Amino acid sequence: MIRARGLGRRYGRKEVLRGIDLDLPVGGFLLVTGPNGSGKTTLLRLIVGLALPTSGELEVDVERGRIGFLSHEPLLYRQLTAIENLDLYGRLYHVPERRERIGMVLERFGLWEARNERVAAYSRGMAQRLALCRALLHEPSLLVLDEPYAALDDAGAALVDRELAERRATVVCATHDPERLDRLATLRLAFA
Amino acid sequence: MSYLADVGALARKDLLLELRARETLPAMALFVISALVVFHFALPTGSSDLAAKGLLWVAIVFTALLGLGRAFVPEREQGVMDGLVLAPCDRSAIWLGKGIAVLGFLALVEVIALPAFAVFFSGVSGRTVAGVALADVGICAVGTFVAATAAASRTQELVLPLLFLPLAIPVVIGGVGASVAAGGGRYLGFLALYDAVFAIICWASFEYVVTE
Repeated sequence: MIRARGLGRRYGRKEVLRGIDLDLPVGGFLLVTGPNGSGKTTLLRLIVGLALPTSGELEVDVERGRIGFLSHEPLLYRQLTAIENLDLYGRLYHVPERRERIGMVLERFGLWEARNERVAAYSRGMAQRLALCRALLHEPSLLVLDEPYAALDDAGAALVDRELAERRATVVCATHDPERLDRLATLRLAFA
Repeated sequence: MSYLADVGALARKDLLLELRARETLPAMALFVISALVVFHFALPTGSSDLAAKGLLWVAIVFTALLGLGRAFVPEREQGVMDGLVLAPCDRSAIWLGKGIAVLGFLALVEVIALPAFAVFFSGVSGRTVAGVALADVGICAVGTFVAATAAASRTQELVLPLLFLPLAIPVVIGGVGASVAAGGGRYLGFLALYDAVFAIICWASFEYVVTE
């Protein structure tokens, strides 16, 4: 599903990523680890198509609308409610039976009771849960997660564990907590 | 139909955001009224209609600039642009949805500004209203494109006026011509041509503005 050869990215003079080779088949789980600033987020942005490589080749064999992306930012409008945010994304992703699907993901991540609250009123952890709802709303076949456990309490982290354990999608996940996901990983990439 | 549905969803979201935050419309309305009051006292008594109409267009362009400066603030501050860009809809739908919302705000403000201009200066002819309507389309098409470009820059406040104002010069020429010149129909045609040309350019090239 994802194939990279000599993949690199530079911003101006700064080389953020260099010489990455990887082959991730359909259904695989790529675990990306490394310290801050090592290029994990850049690799994820290249994979989802938010940035273009400056060297090497990258093939991602999945349509744009089949990618679910969890970023550092929740990618949500703070002045809109949870329902309104998910409804917008549901429309843009042409999710069938949108309302039922939105209800289902909100229930799954424990946000149904807070569905009509504006995101501005959410805690950081609730916003992260809602961001996961957004990333999973359209049942992606490639799930790209940047620090999925960030700001989550134990209950929230357990929800992510459950979601990943029951996954059907190919997963690329960058984390500072590799032990938690090591048993799921089929491929590991460690940045120095 | 799917494209139009995407555009509708994006424009509706912007109107909803403005309804909640009430930041852009009141600021634009206050600015245009203040500008007309200042111009009213700055313009010597007995000045020509040409000068007054020129000031109307200055007020409209700068009011639009104020609205355009706010256009991509929610996407920029909350990092939402990445989410929109990743959606499977045509990326030009983001530009069109935002442009329609900005056009709506500008038209609403002009509902206040044109009667205010009639009170402070002189009456507003049908040709002026037609000129304003055509100019709004061009201003919003180009302005939304430039605002998205500026939003990707660290110096948005600087980039937006520097790029937008030179591109708005033909709109001012066409607008003033349509308002005061004999045979103003030619200027309306010029504004329509400007709208069509720039709308097509912005629609076709927006994708390159929102990807790294």
